[in-house]
Parts: sequence; structure tokens; C-alpha cells
Amino acid sequence: MADIAASSGARGKPAIRLSLNDPTFRAIFWQIVVVGIIGLILWYLISNTLHNLEVRKIATGWGFLSREAGFAIGETAIEYGPENSYGRAIVVGILNTLRVAIIGIVLATILGTFVGIGRLSKNWLIAKVCSVYVEFMRNLPLLVQLFFWWALFQDAFPGPRQALEPITGFFFSNRGIKMPIPAEHWIHAWMGVAFLIGVAASFYVKHWAAARQAATGEQFPVLYAALGLILGLPFVVWLIGGAPVAMDWPALRGFNFQGGLTLTPEFAALLVGLVTYTAGFIAEIVRAGILAVPHGQTEAASALGIRRGKMLQLVILPQALRVIVPPMTSQYLNLTKNSSLAVAIGYPDLVSIANTTLNQTGQAIEGIAIIMAAYLTVSLSISLFMNWYNKRIAFKER
Amino acid sequence: MKALASAIAAAAVAVAALPAQAQQGSGSPTLDAVKARGQLICGANGSVAGFGMPNARGEWTGLDVDVCRAVAAAVFGDATKVRYVATTAQQRFTALQSGEIDLLVRNTTWTLSRDTSLGLDFLATNFYDGQGFMVKKSLNVKSAKELNGATICVQPGTTTELNLADYFRANNIRFTPVVIERLEENIAAYLAGRCDSFTTDVSGLASIRAANTPVPADHVILPEVISKEPLGPSVRHGDAKWGDIVKWAFFATLEAEELGLTSANIDSQMNSTNPSIQRFVGATGGLGQMLGLDNKWAYNIIKQVGNYGEQYERNIKPLGIERGVNNLWTKGGLMYAPPLR
Ligand SMILES: N[C@@H](CCC(=O)N[C@@H](CS)C(=O)NCC(=O)O)C(=O)O
Repeated sequence: MADIAASSGARGKPAIRLSLNDPTFRAIFWQIVVVGIIGLILWYLISNTLHNLEVRKIATGWGFLSREAGFAIGETAIEYGPENSYGRAIVVGILNTLRVAIIGIVLATILGTFVGIGRLSKNWLIAKVCSVYVEFMRNLPLLVQLFFWWALFQDAFPGPRQALEPITGFFFSNRGIKMPIPAEHWIHAWMGVAFLIGVAASFYVKHWAAARQAATGEQFPVLYAALGLILGLPFVVWLIGGAPVAMDWPALRGFNFQGGLTLTPEFAALLVGLVTYTAGFIAEIVRAGILAVPHGQTEAASALGIRRGKMLQLVILPQALRVIVPPMTSQYLNLTKNSSLAVAIGYPDLVSIANTTLNQTGQAIEGIAIIMAAYLTVSLSISLFMNWYNKRIAFKER
Repeated sequence: MKALASAIAAAAVAVAALPAQAQQGSGSPTLDAVKARGQLICGANGSVAGFGMPNARGEWTGLDVDVCRAVAAAVFGDATKVRYVATTAQQRFTALQSGEIDLLVRNTTWTLSRDTSLGLDFLATNFYDGQGFMVKKSLNVKSAKELNGATICVQPGTTTELNLADYFRANNIRFTPVVIERLEENIAAYLAGRCDSFTTDVSGLASIRAANTPVPADHVILPEVISKEPLGPSVRHGDAKWGDIVKWAFFATLEAEELGLTSANIDSQMNSTNPSIQRFVGATGGLGQMLGLDNKWAYNIIKQVGNYGEQYERNIKPLGIERGVNNLWTKGGLMYAPPLR
């Protein structure tokens, strides 16, 4: 063993010298110095903080998470009341943040893609409208836009007693949009299961169709089959469950509507603001991605007689995606982080609830740590997923 | 773990940058810092007329602002040596804990948890208040008990938020909160009809109704007062000497009212033979020295800021709030200063 090491050292790289002129030694030396300095700074900050907290008798620790919160929250995805704990209140906040972020990312992607493609349209009007949209959205601060939507939703609609009802059961008022939803029924859970099975089956059909096309050249209408599976399966389950049609209708009782589903003005303003703002950036990314595909590809596709729609779908977008996906990841992260502006317009997101918590308990450091840990987890999850997706669609050399 | 470490480090920066000074000196790090700076930094409200708000000329006025001015008059002999920092309900305690301000006087309720786990020291009550509800007259609501199912606008980080939940729980009725950080947007939401009611301290309601609604008469404050809100100045825990100065600067304004000393007559009382007045104006007793201040500290307060009654007259009366419990104890109120001797 010793022999091999010694001889390889002699024949390969020369042994490390303990001198700053030696590149290997220098690299290691500076790394140790940097790590040491960072460690010292951290140690200084942490010990100083703990000391100061001790002197001022400011409470520390995580015990507060199980104490009764005592404040109410306007919008909750899970059961919550003032008698629940701070911990549960924070979970409510995280779910509210996820709700607006996930829906926002989906909608911003769709809108941004349309605008991006529209800006490249041969139709002068469409191209101009899309350009103006992009410039407008990207150049106004998001907070200003949020206040605009918030004021609009609040001032444009009448009070609940004079609510507009353009479609039966749908009420528009300054308390938000109320709409009927199917009354609770046990079959709904099974319909959800059927939906998931439909999605999984669609993937299977897609693979099968691709394999068949490769083997025989025959095409299969995957889209219709998938739609049939994803919508049809839950429908069949619904029929089996006795086709319950009872609805939960919103009705004016006392100060406000009771029952039905509510889209509050705060949520709507935040969602619309985040989506329209982020879509402006996404549109540019999509446009850049499409422009990055060499024109020869388009020409080759038209020479083969492929229609423009199919051409986008089969030739341009798959190549453009490789350029689009990495910057798109940052936009998704931005949208998620920007949702923390919610506190300004009264949507109870994580930051809003964590702020209230740290204010009522005085435990600022713990509160900030929770906010940071939650955003970091969400952001890293988005990054990991997008990196995985990016690898999947990356150009494969065969 | 790394996330946590960086989180703590980031938050630590705020706390670490605190004055760890004052090896020698007065024994009060805050007093030394204030003197070295030549200015008191006071955390005030910024948007509630009568308590703390800059006027059209940028001069700060209000009952809370007068506490800041009294402290500056006591320390510097000059009530104008104050820089005001407008704080929201959410930021105010962090601003004080982190040393950004020397003193917090911002209609802040004295509670046990704030006095202990927030690391603050409350010193006195400069206004006895309670929480109420404001609704539009057109709603025809006569009592808070009728608010079942109502949507209510409230500011976060306040005792208001907690009392509200308590009250509805205790009365077994339901409500939906709309929680907006800044007062301006909160009032806008209430006025636009997003909320059926806006809730805060009754004094705050009176101030908002008078100063922030287009037609004050369209809004009513419901008769129920659902909590105790003793509002008063607070300082960081651990600087008792600084706390003493703030506490006695405020008590001096009560004592002056009791003694009949006003900004107008205090000069003529300088040679009074009344021993209490002699002590007050610093002719005898050396009270100022005991606080580490000039013996004319109380004279300066009354000369420049006025006694509590004058402050009330100038700031709170215009809102239409009577003295009530905020009168002197000798007149049936709760305002009572321990003896200045
Ligand atoms: N006394 C209560 C409430 C004080 C409070 O923040 N009141 C509101 C409503 S009047 C306020 O002053 N807002 C002004 C602002 O945030 O700018 C407390 O200490 O928590």
C-alpha cells in the first residue's frame, strides 16, 4: 500500500509543500481561513444575540408554538380558531402562501406563454398589444399594482346587500365573489381518486401510443383519450355514487353571504397582481426561447408541410424549452417570494401570520427563522423540481 | 440547519448592533447615548391625530408626542430636541428592542406579556382607554352584540386583534377579520365597505372618525367598551435609570396640574413659598440631581410643554373625548402621581 502511494506521488503530482507558493497548499490554506472567518463571525453574532436577549429578558425558545394563538384568521384552508395554537396558525399561513403561489405559477405560465407567443405574432395589433402589456407590467412596481387591484376589487363592486348576480348563484360584491359549490358528499373523495387514476392512465397511454407510432407509424389521438380518462373516470364514479346534484348555494344572511365558495378580494387582488406581473417576465423568456430556435428549423418544418400549430408543438417549443426552463425557475421563485407582499393588502399569508405571532410573543428571531425556513423549503423544492425537469428535456445526444 | 443558522445570524445583526457602551457615565446607557447624540429619538404613532402625528408644517403634535417633548425638556432643557420615528403597530416593539428608538410612546397598551417576554418596561399610563367598534350609521347597528357574522377590519400586532377574538368567543358569536398592516389601508377598506366595522381603542376611533372619514357624522362608535387599554410610554428592560427619568417626567406633568402650575403661570410661581412648588421648580430638594438631571428639569417641562391638563385640552379635547377617567384623582379620575419629594 505504502509503496503504491509513494510511487504514484513521485510519478504523478509532486508532494504538497508547506508553502504559499504551492498551489494545492495555497488552495487548502485559503479555504481554511475563509471557513474560519465565517465561523468566527457566526459565533460572534450568535453569542452576542443570546447575550443581548438575556440582558433584556426577551423570551427565547420554541415553546410559544404550542401556546394558544388568541387571534382569528380570515381565510383558512384547514380548521382554525383563536383557541388553536400559534403553530397551527403558522401552518394556516404556509398553506395560504402555497395556495396563492401554486395557482399563481400555473396561471402566470399560461398567460405569459400566450403573451410571449403573441408578441411574435405576424398580426400587428396582437404583437403591439402584447409588447405594451410586457412593458407596462415589467416597469411598474408590484406593490403599486397590488394596491391598484385591491382598490379596484374593493371599490368597483357594491356592498353585499346590493351584490350583482350576473349568473344565478354567483354574487359579486366588495366581500368577494361567492359561488355555489356541490354540497359535501362522500363520493367526492372517490372522484378525486378516479381523477388521479385517470392522470396516471393518460401517461401510460401516451407512452404506449409513442411506442406504437414508432413501430407502425400509426398515430393515436392521445389528447382525446387522455381527456376522456381524466374527466370520464370521475364522471363514472359520480354516476355510481348516485349522481348527487345537491348544491351549496351562497345566501345573504345578516351582514354577509353564508355558504358556497368565496374568492375574497384580498386573495383575488394578490393572485391577479402576481399573475399579471410575473406573466410580463415570463412572456419575454418565452419569446427569447422561441427566437433562440434557428430559423432553419422553421423552414425545414414548413418544407415538410407541417402546419403552424403542429410546428410550434413538435419542432419549436421542444427546442425553445431548453432555453426557457432555467430562467423560468427564477420567475417561479420570484412569484412565490413576492406573495409575501400580501401583508400590505390583508391576505393572511405566512409572513402576515408570522409577523403577528412574533409581535404578540416578542420572539422575533424564532419568527423570522420560521419564515426563512419555510421560504427556503418551498424555493428549494421548486428548484429541485425544475432542475429535474430541465435535465429531462435537455438535448439528448444519441 | 444551515438555513436556521443564517436566519439567526441575520436577525442577530439587528440585535447585535445595540449600544453595549456606558462603562462609566451616568449609569444609564440610554441616557448617555441620548446626551452624546444631543437628541432624543422617540417612537411615535405618525397617523393618529391627538396622539402622534406631524401637522401640515411637519411639527409633531399629540398627547404621546408631549411625553417625548417632556423627556427632552427634562434632559436637555429643550423640548424640541427630539427626532420622531413613525412606527406601525407591528414595528414598534422591534424598533425599541433593537435600539432604533430610545423611548416608545405610541398609544401602546401596557400588558403583562409585553412587560415581560417582550423585554420592555412600561412606566406609567398617560391615557386610560378601552377598545370599541365603529360602524356606518346606515348599518343601523346599535350594539356590538349585534355584530354576529360581521366582517371586521383590524390592525395586526395589537391588543385589539386579541380582544376582538376574545369578545366574540365569550359572546359565542362569529366574525371574519380582515387584517391589514397599515392604518391608511385599513380605514380605506372600512370606508369602501369591505368591512362592516373597524375596531381599535375608543380614542383611536374618535380620532379616525374626526380626521380620516369624509363625513364623521355617518359613523357611530358603539357603546360597548370591550377591554382595558392603559396606554403609556415604555423603554427597554434593563435600564431602570432611564426608565426613572421617563416615568418622573410624565409624573411631573400630573403633579403640576395638581399644584395648579401651568406653562403660563410657572414663571410667576418661581418664588412661591409653597414647599411643594419650591421642590417642583428646583429651588429646594435637589430632585433633579437624584434623577441625574438639572434641578430645573420639571420647570422646563411645564414651561415648554405644559401640565397634563393643558396637554389634554390641546390634543384630546378637539377629538370630542371628555376627561372622564383621565381626570386627576382629586377630580374623580385615575391620574395620580406619587409624591415628588
Ligand atoms: N393600544 C393598542 C392598539 C394601538 C394601535 O396600534 N392602534 C392603531 C389604530 S388607532 C394605530 O395607532 N395605528 C396607527 C398606525 O399603525 O399607523 C395596542 O397597544 O396594541
